[in-house]
Amino acid sequence: MDRFAWASGLLEMNETLVIQQRGVRLYDGEEKVKFDTGVLLLSTHQLIWRDLKNHECCIAIPLSQIVFIEEQAAGIGKSAKIVVHLHPAPSNKEPGPFQSSKYSYIKLSFKEHGQIEFYRRLSEEMTQRRWENMPVSQTIQINRGPQAGRIRAVGIVGIERKLEEKRKETDKNISEAFEDLSKLMEKAKEMVELSKSIANKIKEKQGDITEDETIRFKSYLLSMGIANPVTRETHGSGTHYHMQLAKQLAGILQSPLEERGGIMSLTELLSPEDLVNACKMLVALKLPLRLRLFDSGVMVIELQSHNEEEMVASALETVSEKGSLTAEEFAKLVGMSVLLAKERLLLAEKMGHLCRDDSVEGLRFYPNLFMTQS
Amino acid sequence: MSFEWPWQYRFPPFFTLQPNVDTRQKQMTAWCSLVLSYCRINKQYTMTVMEAQESPLFNNRKLQRKLPMESIQVVLEELRKKGNLEWLDKNKSSFLIMWRRPEEWGKLIYQWVSKNGLTNSVFTLYELSNGDDTENEEFHGLEESMLLRALQALQQEHRAEIITLDDGRGVKFFQ
Repeated sequence: MDRFAWASGLLEMNETLVIQQRGVRLYDGEEKVKFDTGVLLLSTHQLIWRDLKNHECCIAIPLSQIVFIEEQAAGIGKSAKIVVHLHPAPSNKEPGPFQSSKYSYIKLSFKEHGQIEFYRRLSEEMTQRRWENMPVSQTIQINRGPQAGRIRAVGIVGIERKLEEKRKETDKNISEAFEDLSKLMEKAKEMVELSKSIANKIKEKQGDITEDETIRFKSYLLSMGIANPVTRETHGSGTHYHMQLAKQLAGILQSPLEERGGIMSLTELLSPEDLVNACKMLVALKLPLRLRLFDSGVMVIELQSHNEEEMVASALETVSEKGSLTAEEFAKLVGMSVLLAKERLLLAEKMGHLCRDDSVEGLRFYPNLFMTQS
Repeated sequence: MSFEWPWQYRFPPFFTLQPNVDTRQKQMTAWCSLVLSYCRINKQYTMTVMEAQESPLFNNRKLQRKLPMESIQVVLEELRKKGNLEWLDKNKSSFLIMWRRPEEWGKLIYQWVSKNGLTNSVFTLYELSNGDDTENEEFHGLEESMLLRALQALQQEHRAEIITLDDGRGVKFFQ
């Protein structure tokens, strides 16, 4: 959040508004900040946030500060978010609400939806980089020289001077173009190095690719127009699961759509809150499913016939066979998600069947010998 | 007699404070018992918390597990509640570990005194703990603060009286 500067929120000449969205909250990395209800505006040059209640409170960040953006899907009780990874703040940055931050990214939380469209537009602006072609007089980021204004002059001297100015301008454009080209070559070189290193790591299966490298890699791909190496388009839009889902959606959504005049944005479909509230009614409605809340706060849907406590007994057997297991190892063995595997192990611990070993090596579960052995 | 570590000492979860209340109770019992046996075998009467942290008691190097400081504090507090530990300073940096309670020591000392017909005699504290006569006794080599508490216990039972001598303290035993 230390990359933001206080702003008027007014657009310059050459700057156009692209999209705006109400009900956006800002996060500094993982932490909520006081900017919790505001309008988020995207222009060709900047990202502006203005407080809904206090219009004076307005902050902005140039789009050129953005390295890379990611979507974070909504969860139960959590709004969808866009994660914006940023360059370090330049030394000549105008004053803003935060002097420093331990994070190099911020999150935009869309409490009133609108995240999908906003992300699409923001991605577009990041790709097109229109701010580079249309400099604004108030230098927020680009250090361009004084604009080549019109030079009024008369006579031969005037003409000569105009020609000289034009020549200089052309010269500047050419050298700038070459600058861009050499920057591109630099980036290309860096990318090649990075790809080589990642390829080697994958080959040797040695160590993890650091998050930093991943972010850089993704940003290069983004700047080349590859939005996400694993896009939904490439990754099974036509799978059997999606086909079934499509058919079911058609069934469920027909009447609500007719009520809404035949058209509905994807984000209006089912909010996390609606899902939770509906699930809370399952048992009362004597439906064969139920919502269950674990101590940790994780919510799951289970069949009424499912007996988690029984599952715990079999979990104990599995752990005993292997001596000890982490949640990840258990998940793999049993074919469950790590999240639910952990919940089961925790339940077993709560019931006294397992105990834990928490060290630098990680969290492991053991059969509870404290109870079974003298 | 070589010291034998209990099975828990080789069980990694022993070194993690267990969240399940019932499990924790068993764990604490095992820890208290281990601390007392360890100190008894090594005839250790006092310890600092720093020492404790690094000692093999709480740090099993072979297993690569050590009981974290907060958990060590929980164990020490358990021992204190059971009457086996007393803090020697306000900062709780060092403690007296009473693997035998003062009353038990008092009893041993008094038994020796009466067995040898030495009631009504006066002894210096040093004589009791380090004298030649007590060499074969269990309380030989007893650390001063522990000895003092033992005698205080006897004093409470009116079997002894702690007195001040020229060069320190002593005790008189009664019939």
